[in-house]
Amino acid sequence: MELLLAIIIGLLTAAGVFLVLRARSFSVVVGLTLLSYAANLFLFSSGRLMTNAAVVLGAQEQHTDPIPQALVLTAIVIGFAMTAFVIILAMRSRADLGSDHVDGRLPVEEEKPS
Amino acid sequence: MWLMLIVLLPFLGSLCVAFLPSNSKNWEAWLAGLVAAASTVITLCYFPTIASNEVATLRYEWLPTYGLNFSLRMDGFAWLFSLLVSGIGILVVLYARYYLSEKDPIPRFFAFFLAFMGAMLGIVLSGNVIQMALFWELTSLVSFMLIGYWHHRADARRGARMSLIVTATGGLCLLVGLVLMGHVVGSYELSDILSSGDVLREHSWYLAILVLVALGALTKSAQFPFHFWLPRAMAAPTPVSAYLHSATMVKAGVFLLMRFWPVLAGTEAWSYIIGFAGLITLVMGAFVAIFQQDLKGLLAYSTISHLGLITLLLGMGTPLAAVAALFHVLNHATFKASLFMAAGIIDHESGTRDLRQLTGLRKLMPITATLAMVAAAAMAGVPLLNGFLSKEMFFAEAAGFGSGNTWLPTLAVIAGALSVVYSLRFITEVFFGPVPSGELPKTPKEPPRWMRFPIEMLVVLCIVVGTMPGVTVAPALNLAVHHMLGAYTPEYSVQIWHGFNLPLLMSVLAFGFGLVLYFLLQRRYGISRLDKVPLLHRLDGQREFERVLLAVTSFAVRVEEKLTSERLQPQLFWLLLVTLVVGGLTVWRSPIEAVRSPIGFEPMFAVLWIVGGVCAVAAAYQAKHHRLAALILMSATGIVVSLTFALFSAPDLALTQAAVEVVTTVLILLGLRWLPKRLTPDVTGVKATLRDYRRRIRDGLLAVAIGLGMAATTYMVLMSAGPTKLTDFFIQHALPEGGGTNVVNVILVDFRGFDTFGEITVLGVVALTIYALLRRFRPAPESIELPAQRLGDIKNVAPWQLARRGYLAIPAIYFRALMPVLVLLALYFLYRGHNLPGGGFVAGLTLTVALVLQYMVSGTLWIEAKLRIRPHQWLGSGILLALLTGVGAWLFGYPFLTSHTAVVNLPLLGELHLPSAFLFDIGVFALVVGASSLLLIALAHQSLRSHRRHFSGKPPTLRKRGAMRWS
Repeated sequence: MELLLAIIIGLLTAAGVFLVLRARSFSVVVGLTLLSYAANLFLFSSGRLMTNAAVVLGAQEQHTDPIPQALVLTAIVIGFAMTAFVIILAMRSRADLGSDHVDGRLPVEEEKPS
Repeated sequence: MWLMLIVLLPFLGSLCVAFLPSNSKNWEAWLAGLVAAASTVITLCYFPTIASNEVATLRYEWLPTYGLNFSLRMDGFAWLFSLLVSGIGILVVLYARYYLSEKDPIPRFFAFFLAFMGAMLGIVLSGNVIQMALFWELTSLVSFMLIGYWHHRADARRGARMSLIVTATGGLCLLVGLVLMGHVVGSYELSDILSSGDVLREHSWYLAILVLVALGALTKSAQFPFHFWLPRAMAAPTPVSAYLHSATMVKAGVFLLMRFWPVLAGTEAWSYIIGFAGLITLVMGAFVAIFQQDLKGLLAYSTISHLGLITLLLGMGTPLAAVAALFHVLNHATFKASLFMAAGIIDHESGTRDLRQLTGLRKLMPITATLAMVAAAAMAGVPLLNGFLSKEMFFAEAAGFGSGNTWLPTLAVIAGALSVVYSLRFITEVFFGPVPSGELPKTPKEPPRWMRFPIEMLVVLCIVVGTMPGVTVAPALNLAVHHMLGAYTPEYSVQIWHGFNLPLLMSVLAFGFGLVLYFLLQRRYGISRLDKVPLLHRLDGQREFERVLLAVTSFAVRVEEKLTSERLQPQLFWLLLVTLVVGGLTVWRSPIEAVRSPIGFEPMFAVLWIVGGVCAVAAAYQAKHHRLAALILMSATGIVVSLTFALFSAPDLALTQAAVEVVTTVLILLGLRWLPKRLTPDVTGVKATLRDYRRRIRDGLLAVAIGLGMAATTYMVLMSAGPTKLTDFFIQHALPEGGGTNVVNVILVDFRGFDTFGEITVLGVVALTIYALLRRFRPAPESIELPAQRLGDIKNVAPWQLARRGYLAIPAIYFRALMPVLVLLALYFLYRGHNLPGGGFVAGLTLTVALVLQYMVSGTLWIEAKLRIRPHQWLGSGILLALLTGVGAWLFGYPFLTSHTAVVNLPLLGELHLPSAFLFDIGVFALVVGASSLLLIALAHQSLRSHRRHFSGKPPTLRKRGAMRWS
C-alpha cells in the first residue's frame, strides 16, 4: 500500500511538473493543481498511513497523527485560493495582453506556439 | 531627556516643514531657525554639567542581548561639536532664507536641512557605535538629497550620485569596522570602547579595524584618494555647501578619527595610513585650488586641503597635534562657512562664479568685500585671525615631529605658501581690479542686510578668537580636549605670541613664498587663462570613478543577461532542476531507515489509485488542446485524493477536499470561457518543430526525475518511524485545554489559531484581489462571441428567459428544494466541528456549494432578483469576528486567541460546552462563505457581458438594495 501511494504521488508530481513547464496559462493552472494534490498527499503521508484509526478522541483505540491533517487542511484551502487567483490572472493577462502565453506574449524567436 | 530633544527636535521640525505648503512665505525658515536655536540653547545649557567634567547620558534599551541600544552620550568633545553644528545651523538658516528664490521648493530644502542637522547631531552625540553608523549613513543620504536639490540640473544629479556612492560605501566599511571593534571589546557602547584602547591596539584584528574605520573617515572627509566627490558636490545650493561641505558633514570624518584617537592612534599603521592620506591631501588640495576658475571650486579644493591638514595632524599621533587638529576644525568651520556664504552672495548678486569674469567688486559691495577679505586672510593664516593660531600650532608640531626630519616642515611651509596663493587669488581677482562695466550677467550690489548678517557673525568670531583666544575659545577647547584625549591630555596654551621661534619663522617664510609665487604665477604664467590644472590634470578622480562605475554596471548587465531570463519557463525549469538536485542530494546522503511494516493491501483502493494516476497523466496530455477534458480528468484525480484521505482516517480532509474540488471546478469552468480557442495541429496545419519536441522531451525527463524523487522520498518517509512526542501532546491536551474532541479542529482553531487567522486573511485578500481584477476586466473582442457550445433551440433565447421557458426546470426545482437541506448541513458541520469531523472551512464551502448550485441551474440574474448575497459583508464580519475573539482574550489578561470553554445548560439541548474557539470557527465559516462566493459570483457576472451584447430585450433589474457593481 505504501509503495503504491508513493508511486501515485510521484505520478501526480511528474504530471504537475510537466504541465507547469508548458507555455500556456491553462496548462500551468492544471499543473499547479496536480502539484498541490501531490504535495498535500505527501504532507499527509508524513503522519504515516493508518486505516480505521481516529482523530476524534474516544472513538477508537488507535489515533492518527493530527498535525499533518491540520496542516493539509490549511494547505487545501490556500491551494484553492491560489488556483482561483492564477485562473483569474490568466484571464486578465489574456484580455489585456492578447495572449494566453505565460509571458503575456509569444517568444520573439519563434512565432509558432510550442 | 533634554539630550534626546537636541537630536529629536530637528527631525520633528523636518517632518513639520515637509508638510508646509510651498507658498508659506517665511514659515519654513522661521521654524528651521527656531529648531536650530532650540538645539543650540539646550546644548549651551549643558555647559555647567560639562564644565564639572560630567558626562550626560541617556539610554533606551532596544536589543540588550545584542548590545544594541539607543544611547546618547555628551561629553565635552561631543558638546563642542554639537554646539558647532547647531550654532552654524542657525546662521545658515538665516542665510538660506535670503539665498533661495521664490521659485525653489523651499519646504523641501528646509526639511532636508533639518533632517541633516538631526543626523549630524546624532553622530556627534551617539553613545552606541552602531547607532552612530546609522546616523552616519543618514547624513550621506540627506547630503545626496541636498546636492541634488536642483534635480533638473544634470551636474547636480551626477554630483549627488557620486557623493552618495563614495560616502555611503565608506559608511558601510565603517559599519563593518565598528562591528569588529564592538566584537573585540565586547560592547558597542562608546564609553566601553573608549576605555579599551590597549585591548584594541593589541588585538590581531587591529589593522582590519583601522583600515575600515579609516575608509569611513577618509571618504567622508574627502581625503585623497576619495577627495573627488567634494568639488562635484558644489552643485548644491551654496547654503548646503557652506553647512554640509565645509563646516559640518565633511568634519564627521575627522570627528570620527578624533573620537577614536585614544583607542586607535599611536601605532605605526595609524601614522602611515592617516598621516600620509592627510599629507597628500593637504599639498595636492592646495595646489589644485590655486588653478580653479570657479569660485566655489577654489573653496572646495581649499576645504579638501584644510581637511587634509586636520587629518595629517591627527595622523601624527601626538596629543599636541590632536589638540591643534581640534582647534583647526573650529577655525576652519568659521572662516570657510563665511567664505562660502560670501561666494554665494557674489554669485547671487553678479550672476557668475567665474574668477575670470569677476573683478573690482570692492567698489560695488564694499561691506561684503571687506568681510570676505578678512575671512580669506584667516584662511591664509594671517596673524590676529583665528586661522593663524591653529596654523602656528601645526607648524610647531611639524617642526618637532620625529628627530632631525626636514621634509615635514618643508612640506608644511610649502602647503602654507600655497594657501596664501589661493587666498590672494580669491581676494585680488574678485574684489580688486577694474570695476565691471556690463560684462557680468547682473550688476552686483550689496545683498539684503540679514543675508550678510551670518557672515558678519562668523567674521567677528574669527577676529575675536584670533585676538583674544585665552578668554573666548580656550575654556571650551580645554573641556573638549580633556574628554577627547582623556589620559593623554597634554599641557598646552592657546596664545597669539609665543616669542621668536621656529614656527613663526615658518609662517614668515610661507607668506614670503606665497606672495612671490602668486605674482610669479600671475605675471609669468597667466594663471587666470589656464583651463586645466598643470601636472595634476591627468589625475582625474572623477573620470576614474565614472570609468569604474561604468565597468561595474556593464559587468552586472552582462551577468544579468547571461544568467537571467524574463521568461517564466526557463525560470521554472531551473528552479525545479535545482530543487531536484538539492532534494536528491539530501535524501541520497542521509537515507531514512525503513522500520515499519507495511499496512495491508486493499485491492479496491489500488484500483482507485490507478484510475487517479491515469487521470492525472491524461489531464497532462489533454491540457493543451482539450481543456474541458483536462478539467474533468483533473477533478477526477481530486476526488481520488479526497477518497484517499477518507481511507486513511482523515475525515476532515476528505470533506474539505471534496468541497474544494466542487468549487474549484466550477471556478475553472467559468474561467475557461475567456481563454482563447486552442486548435489542434490537424486543424491549423502547424507542425511541431524538432525544437518543440526537444523541449518536451527535456521537460518530460525533468518531470520524470522529480516524480521518481518524490516517490522515493515518500516511500522512505512512510516506512520510517515517525515522531510521536508531538502527536501525543496534541492528543492528550486537546480535550482538557482545547475543549474539543476533534483534534484536527482543535489544532486549527485553538493551538494554531493564529496560523489559521493568517490563512483566512490570505483567503480574504485573494478574494478581494480577484474582485478588483475582475472589476477592470475588459475581455478580448473575440471572446465576447457566443461560445460554439450554445447549440440548438436555446441559441436565440436570452439567458434570463431560459428559466421562464422551462429550461432545466426540473433540476432547478430539485436544487431549490435542496437548498435548505444544504444550509442545514453546513450549519451542522459548523456546530459539531469542534468535536466531530466538520468545522468552519467545510461548513463555509458547503454553503458556497449550495449557492453555486442555485446560480448554475437558475442563472445569475434570476437568482439575484430573488436572493441577496453580500459576500463583502460575510467576508468582513468573518474576519472581524475571528479578530475580536482573539482580542477578547486580552480582556481577561491572556495572550491573543487564548481559548476559554464555558459550560452552559440550555433547556432543550442539555449541557453544552461552548469554547470561545467556536466563535473563532464561526468567523472562519463566514469568511470562507464570503471569500469563495465573492470570487465565484464576480466571475459569473462576467458572462453577462456577452449576454448583454448578443440578446435584445431588457434583463430583469436587480434589486436595488444590496445590489453590487460587479463589473
